Amino acid sequence: MKTILLSMLVLGVTGGIFGALLAFASKIFHVDVDPKQEKVRAALAGANCGGCGYPGCDGYAAAVARGEAPTNKCVAGGAATAAAVAEIMGVTAGASEKMVAFVPCSGTEGHAEMRFNYTGPKDCRAAMLFGGKSNKTCTFACIGLGNCVKACKFDAMHIVDGIAKVDRYNCVGCGACADACPKSIIKLIPESQKVVPACSNKDKGARVMKICDFGCIGCMKCQRECPADAIVVKDNLATVDPAKCVGCGHCADVCPRHIINWFGKQSQAV
Amino acid sequence: MFTTVISISLAAILTNNFIFAQFLGCCPFLGCSNKVDTATGMGLAVVFVMGLASAICWVVNEYILVVMGLEFLQTLTFILVIAALVQFVEMFLKKAVPSLYSALGIYLPLITTNCAVLGVVLLNVQNNYNFIESVVYGITGGLGFMLAIVLFASVRERIAFSDYPECFEGFPICLVSAGLLALAFMGFSGMKIV
Repeated sequence: MKTILLSMLVLGVTGGIFGALLAFASKIFHVDVDPKQEKVRAALAGANCGGCGYPGCDGYAAAVARGEAPTNKCVAGGAATAAAVAEIMGVTAGASEKMVAFVPCSGTEGHAEMRFNYTGPKDCRAAMLFGGKSNKTCTFACIGLGNCVKACKFDAMHIVDGIAKVDRYNCVGCGACADACPKSIIKLIPESQKVVPACSNKDKGARVMKICDFGCIGCMKCQRECPADAIVVKDNLATVDPAKCVGCGHCADVCPRHIINWFGKQSQAV
Repeated sequence: MFTTVISISLAAILTNNFIFAQFLGCCPFLGCSNKVDTATGMGLAVVFVMGLASAICWVVNEYILVVMGLEFLQTLTFILVIAALVQFVEMFLKKAVPSLYSALGIYLPLITTNCAVLGVVLLNVQNNYNFIESVVYGITGGLGFMLAIVLFASVRERIAFSDYPECFEGFPICLVSAGLLALAFMGFSGMKIV
């Protein structure tokens, strides 16, 4: 009985002393954190996606509070967050163009020629080890094994019909998928850009014709028909100048390969 | 005295390495060994906490538990002491040595419940070490941990760029190489200080 009481007493007292010491120490050793930093941290999206280029939201908040980082770097939070952070810091928000990821490949299953039937680990890099290119004949094609899906923290990337597809509603434009893509084909485009050719192949038209049903053959039809001269075929591949593009979507209609994505409507075309 | 200190140090760093011979602290060993930088940070934090914990726990054990005849409370009390100590050290460093605080970073609170830290204080009691021996064992044990984790981190950095069967990707290859390293450290087990 005595032992039980004694041990309870000793443990209780030691615990009490330590608790008191810690409480005391937290007062003595209190470090004032810049209140701005805490406010900024609270205003951020909190996804720790790293899209701002700093180690996590805390790192970015600290850098903003020190005045070293611009206030509009939180891509996950977008314009609303940028405005909130700017207000805390007492500066006007710089324009932060909302970016979204885009996979310029239309080589869906059954439409792009396969070099071999890949059954290895579900990883694009692993598939690239075979010949260093891809399981598809097109060396520019999306392999579709989902390294970008794994990298996406916002459920915005999915494999649809064998290629990666971006859910523009969920995408925050952090660029994690672009970094994860071993083919480096995923691009970040401004959300306002209405027209995007969904192909990356720079081969000559005849070859593209052979290996993919949905590859840009560089026929120049879009370039000729564009009322705003916004589309130029460069290296056998249609490219859009977002500054000139008026977003009419005419190119998407005339493209014989149906690979120009037009985001003028609410849902994505093609 | 000098020879005991030397033999304790050698034992703690090489022959009875905390990770490779006693298999204590494997969790941070595997978790924090992706990069040599983080491994060094973790190792430093462990050296620091192990040394401090050995000193404080020896005093607590000798002047409270043994005096009261409550040796059976050692594990419990030591956990309490270590947890409070780590918290205190963290606060102190944040205020007094911010550079060290940011270098150790998140590793300090992480090792509060590290079994290697608890192991070293319990072993101090088991081996009947006096105060100096305890502190030496604590610090050198931490150094042994640091040696192991830094070695392993450099191995892992090389593994990342080498060819191995794909089924080994990730943790499997990591565990295999940890086993090989432990095997290498078994080579020290024949050493004796006379």
